[in-house]
Amino acid sequence: MKNKFNLISAVISFIALATFSSISIAEDSATKETKQIEKTDIEKGQDLAFTRKKGNCLACHFVQGGTLTGNTGPALIAMKARFPEREVLYSQVFDARLKNANTIMPPFGAHGALSKAEIDLIVTWLYTL
Amino acid sequence: MNLIKTNKFHWLAGIATLLLSVSVHSQNNENKQSSFQENVKEDIQEFRDFYSKKFSNIDINEFKDGVYAIDAKSREQWLEIEEFAPYEISVEEGEEAFGETFANGKSYIDCFPKVEDGIRQNYPYFNTETNQVITVELAINQCRKTNNEKPLAFGNGTLADISAYISFASRGQLLDIKLPNEKAYDAYMAGKKFFYSKRGQLNFACADCHLQIAGSMLRADLLSPALGHPTAMPVYRSNWGELGTLHTRYAECNKNVRAQPLELQGEDYRNLEYFQTMMSQGMEVNGPSSRK
Ligand code: HEC
Ligand code: HEC
Repeated sequence: MKNKFNLISAVISFIALATFSSISIAEDSATKETKQIEKTDIEKGQDLAFTRKKGNCLACHFVQGGTLTGNTGPALIAMKARFPEREVLYSQVFDARLKNANTIMPPFGAHGALSKAEIDLIVTWLYTL
Repeated sequence: MNLIKTNKFHWLAGIATLLLSVSVHSQNNENKQSSFQENVKEDIQEFRDFYSKKFSNIDINEFKDGVYAIDAKSREQWLEIEEFAPYEISVEEGEEAFGETFANGKSYIDCFPKVEDGIRQNYPYFNTETNQVITVELAINQCRKTNNEKPLAFGNGTLADISAYISFASRGQLLDIKLPNEKAYDAYMAGKKFFYSKRGQLNFACADCHLQIAGSMLRADLLSPALGHPTAMPVYRSNWGELGTLHTRYAECNKNVRAQPLELQGEDYRNLEYFQTMMSQGMEVNGPSSRK
């Protein structure tokens, strides 16, 4: 019994070590690459907004430059004119329920789908629309 | 309600309340019966009214065709696909599997004697002895269990094939779902609550996508009305590359909003199916069907 347990924990730590080291290798090469093509905050924000696994904003919003956009939410245009205060725009993405309790827009920040830093990047991008 | 209290006084009070409520209960039983029947009737009416208003140019009985009822463009294509339906083989295999003789000499026909006349229209039903909602898929496995056969996996494969055969033999029948007693009403209410509750990291209710914004595009997907959802099941989805049951789809929709998918044929999904099918009361059974 005890032997088995030791074996298992040995295997687990081996796997952990292996993945850990492969991650750090991957990171190394990644940082090298990103140094060459460093993305701007605006680009990072757009990536976050477009990726299905993150914002997937296109599911509901028409955005200039987006493909296969849904039509459930309003088109995201002229953000600067319509959201002069950054706080208000941030809050819309962090938790749309604060403005409209019955909204179907997901509470990305409040439910942890996006981090605060990620929402910040998205807001920076939104202001270019 | 709160009968389990250590305090003696509470005990007595509790028992008194219980006795009182029992006597009131028996007097009111008939009233209650008619009142929850009325509630459900109202729910059905409201549900139908919502869609007939939202899609005022579409005959409400068309909703049996799911998303193709509201999408003239892909409907043409779909009708062509239905000509050489990808689920035909499943229906055949389902019929064959249905004919299997169990080790004890019996077979499914002993459990479903009227299969050829159509039985799907009466599923799910509420079993008043076990107090649970019985779906076609659960009934298939219960039949196996009674006959000492191993259960089949829920969701796809042979069980979905048999379900497809049962639907096919029931085509044209009208959904006739019963609400026998108050326990059944509780199950119905649990399903209703599920349908309208937000869940998952993305915080969606079934009603958000299939009621409130039904007919809108979510990315490249047109959202189908919930009315008629159960009529066409099981469905062959080209996305899945195989036949799947209503509960397979429930699990997928749960996953899409990053909610934990629940157990196929577990109580939650069965109650949800009971509610959904009740909402589609009177509509035509037209499963199995194909979807993109
Ligand atoms: C499931 C649908 C859905 C998704 C996904 C979604 N939204 Fe929304 N969004 C809406 C709806 C609907 C509104 C309209 C206001 C409301 O109901 O809250 C809205 C409103 C907005 C507004 C305010 C626009 C205005 O004109 O008032 C902004 C900004 C916004 N969304 C940004 C985003 C961003 C950024 C993302 C992705 C991170 C996103 N949305 C994802 C549905 C969605
Ligand atoms: C975020 C949106 C979303 C939510 C929330 C959602 N669904 Fe769906 N559902 C879809 C999409 C997209 C499809 C595929 C297109 C279609 O048929 O509507 C679909 C398909 C279905 C289908 C198959 C319809 C058919 O004719 O093949 C059923 C049944 C269904 N959903 C039920 C539910 C139920 C019940 C819930 C809640 C547990 C739910 N959905 C939650 C988006 C959603």
